[in-house]
Amino acid sequence: MSTKNFLFVNRKAPYGTIYALESLEVVLISAAFEQNVSLAFIDDGVYQITKGQNSKGIGMKNFSPTYRALGDYDITKLYVSSESLAERGLTVDDLMELTYEDADDDYAEKPSIILANREEMAAMMAEQEVILSF
Amino acid sequence: MSMLHIVNKSPFERVAFDSCLAHASAGDAILMIEDAVVGAVDGSSFAGKVKAAMADKSVYVLGADLAARGLEGKAMEGVTIVDYAGFVDLTANNDSTQSWL
Amino acid sequence: MKYTILVNEGPYQHQSADTALQFTRAALEKGHEIFRVFFYHDGVNNGTRLTVPPADDRLIQKAWTELAEKHGLDLVICIAAAQRRGIMDADEAKRQGLDANNIAPGFRISGLGQLVEGGIQSDRLVVFGD
Repeated sequence: MSTKNFLFVNRKAPYGTIYALESLEVVLISAAFEQNVSLAFIDDGVYQITKGQNSKGIGMKNFSPTYRALGDYDITKLYVSSESLAERGLTVDDLMELTYEDADDDYAEKPSIILANREEMAAMMAEQEVILSF
Repeated sequence: MSMLHIVNKSPFERVAFDSCLAHASAGDAILMIEDAVVGAVDGSSFAGKVKAAMADKSVYVLGADLAARGLEGKAMEGVTIVDYAGFVDLTANNDSTQSWL
Repeated sequence: MKYTILVNEGPYQHQSADTALQFTRAALEKGHEIFRVFFYHDGVNNGTRLTVPPADDRLIQKAWTELAEKHGLDLVICIAAAQRRGIMDADEAKRQGLDANNIAPGFRISGLGQLVEGGIQSDRLVVFGD
């Protein structure tokens, strides 16, 4: 099967609706198809990867630890909108530390999060072939 | 490489349309469908943003959605009105599509 | 061209199912190939045969079924999303020990891989949702 550039665009906050959780399920499945996968976190999508999520009080499963596993599935490009963070009073320090081990660099641990401004995000999007948004 | 951006949210209720405009590249196409067609109406407080996008992008609106909302004939100049067949052509004539849900 | 269509919302609640139907019809009329229509999130509700809209309303599920019969469409409902929302075929209902199934003719239930495969195999993937 051919390899395509897949982009998953996440623009919605977790828990309020199921989109973030079910989007993550597709992302994990896509890893099995060995595609060139990127994720974008824009607008309220940045809340999906904040650290310290505690969903006990709402009776729902905290699925944020799953984002930490993405590196193990070779999903290593998580573009986060710098404007969206700033608009929400957040910085990259408010996000989980998401990393992967680079097989081409003696398995050195590297950050998966790539801060991107609008121009950089647009340039990345222009490279994509299959864009999934939920 | 050009992308068709499909937007279906009213800019007066959600930020999806603004986000779409902020991330579309020169040469891309933008199509308003469903509730987003209100963004095509001339004279609205959002019209200036759509007009600015027209400088280097082509902008389309789904005529059936305009008509359904009582907005036929109110689209600003420069916005091309398409039917569903025209919608299909836009997806075929651009290299990829992105839906701003 | 070869298309995969993704439908993320259920019928009636949101216009996206209607738009997806209109788009799919128009693409077929233009001679394009629909590789697959994939139903995800509440979109799985497009595939229940138990909807009974008022007599003067459109029949969205039936429109999908008829389109599938006429053009041999592959209408795929995501199994994980379907299980959450109670969309069952006979095999799955039996496996889960349930007393009924509700899947509409022309639809089948399968995994998310079918969506990813659609993206790989098709020239275009078009998403309809909220």
